[in-house]
Amino acid sequence: MDDRPAPEPVDQRSPLTEPLSGRGWSARTDREGTVVVLTGDWIASASVGAEPGSLRNILDATGNDGISFDSKQLGRWDSSLLVFVSELRQAARKRDIAFDATGLPQAAARLLALISQAAPVAARARRSSALVTRVGQAVIDAGGEAAAVTSLVGDTVLSCGTALRGRVSMRGVDLLDCMREAGVAALPIVTVVNVLIGGIVAFVGAVQLRRFGADVFIADLVGVAMVREMAALMTAIVMSGRTGGAYAAHIATMLGNEEIDALRAIGIPINDYLILPRILALTGMMPLLYLYGSAVGIFGGFVVAVTMLNISPDSFIDETRASIALSQILFGLVKSFAFGALIAIVGCRSGLGAGRSAADVGQAATRAVVIGIVGVIALDAVFAICANALDF
Amino acid sequence: MPQQVTDPKLRVEGLAFGYDGGIVQHDVSFDVHDKSIFAIMGGSGCGKSTLMKTMIGLLKPTAGSIHFGNEDYWAAPEERRTEIGRRFGVVFQSGALWSSMTAEENVALPSRMFTDLDDETIKALSRLKLSLVGLDIDASTMPAELSGGMRRRVAIARALALDPEVLFLDEPSAGLDPIAAKRLDDLILELRDGFGVTVIMVSHELPSLFAICDDGIFLDTETKTAIAKGSPRVLRETSEHPTVRAFMHRERPPDDAGPGVVNHASQ
Repeated sequence: MDDRPAPEPVDQRSPLTEPLSGRGWSARTDREGTVVVLTGDWIASASVGAEPGSLRNILDATGNDGISFDSKQLGRWDSSLLVFVSELRQAARKRDIAFDATGLPQAAARLLALISQAAPVAARARRSSALVTRVGQAVIDAGGEAAAVTSLVGDTVLSCGTALRGRVSMRGVDLLDCMREAGVAALPIVTVVNVLIGGIVAFVGAVQLRRFGADVFIADLVGVAMVREMAALMTAIVMSGRTGGAYAAHIATMLGNEEIDALRAIGIPINDYLILPRILALTGMMPLLYLYGSAVGIFGGFVVAVTMLNISPDSFIDETRASIALSQILFGLVKSFAFGALIAIVGCRSGLGAGRSAADVGQAATRAVVIGIVGVIALDAVFAICANALDF
Repeated sequence: MPQQVTDPKLRVEGLAFGYDGGIVQHDVSFDVHDKSIFAIMGGSGCGKSTLMKTMIGLLKPTAGSIHFGNEDYWAAPEERRTEIGRRFGVVFQSGALWSSMTAEENVALPSRMFTDLDDETIKALSRLKLSLVGLDIDASTMPAELSGGMRRRVAIARALALDPEVLFLDEPSAGLDPIAAKRLDDLILELRDGFGVTVIMVSHELPSLFAICDDGIFLDTETKTAIAKGSPRVLRETSEHPTVRAFMHRERPPDDAGPGVVNHASQ
């Protein structure tokens, strides 16, 4: 028994009692089947393809007969005509309806022959949207990333050990170049940000302290805030955006240009040659930038306090001296050292983990900056909690 | 000409390779003889460059072996692989010059890293290598200031920096005008004859293949394995495989779906 559904009888189809038409076409039936009459101009800038439902209407009207074309009234045409005709051909194939392209302009028929008759390949399925799958994938990705970062840190520490024995592939000139880039070249922006932060802290302090006639303690507030917290934090945030992003973009660009493949092919260790100088430079420069940032931040507070809040220069200097303990400077130095290492590792890792396209370079830089800034703030919170627990 | 009677310089046996667990090619076996110019041929996306990456140590094969002399490259420890790798010179398709260094520094870096030569000697060697490839450029010239053909030449000079035994070239004449491509072909021949270097080049540039290659292998996209071996000139005349014949004669194969059907796979 053949249990396939019987083909729809031809006489049950809707006859084209009324002419079927759409933008730039009409259809009529004759003994051979349906003739699609193409009229006017078919230019992509005006429209592309058929209106929704028009293909189905033509095919329904055609039934089991063939489709052919009449292009005598066709004006100018471009790819939009090909889109319409190829969609119609595709739909006709699905219903086993004969398709005759001979009535099309010769050039259009030849181009149509170039267009693959196979159904377009479905876009590769993207990651499942199921929540459990996404969470699971995120955990796996995070695990892989953690392993990669750990490996990078481990390799870098080992390279440091090798460097101390003077047997590392790192070039001194590269280290000096990275130090200049992460140090002297960063001074202008570090200056601007810390001077302004120092001034802002002075203003904020003035709002409350004036109510108690304790204006002079603005110097204490500025000094402690800058040395203990703000200089290290703000400098790290600036350096994450400036240098961490640059590391990621540079390494990702090298990856895309096969420059890293060229290093590997020769046998130059990537960790020694690319990563180590950057991590050493930023880790070494950050404490210096912190000290500089603290100094200029206090100077910013000093300028605001003296010129706008009527505090004498001598009082400000004396109060500042009294308020800042060496332990707080050491605390800031330790933090800035950790921030520098974090920013450099995140920047290098983002670059090395990037893809090879131009868009991947941008993503790597963005990733480095975002993770760097969030990481610095989170690490600062950990330092604050530890300091509080230790009553420091 | 290849020395067919001697042991091969390099022997590939049953090699399978690919990315992320996928297989690009499998069961690839061939010998490369000393001082020969060996071509890795095939259509776009068949895995020619991937095979080269496997041979130079950038991509671990999933099966098979690559022997340099009597040594199994991928079975050796990493330090030993690095040592073996220093006997190779590699020219990537894009040139892959280190963009933050001058052209001369690019050529000098391998010597700075792996020799104890003094700075003046390294500079003299770098200038020599650059002049060998026909470049007389200012020491401060950056890669971005060079044309595509000149970048390719700097990349060859860099690959020659450590006087390699095997020179790998990935599409050396792709994108060059016919005269520049011919000059490059002649340069490769001169380097082979002058330095006695074995050359392995990935290419689908027919004029270059016929002009300079002594031997080769043809990788097929459909069957994902090697379907022909031998000199491109001989394959052009004698191969009966329809894909190889079509490739060598720049024709469409008999079962070709049409000019509009393109292979979107990338190498």
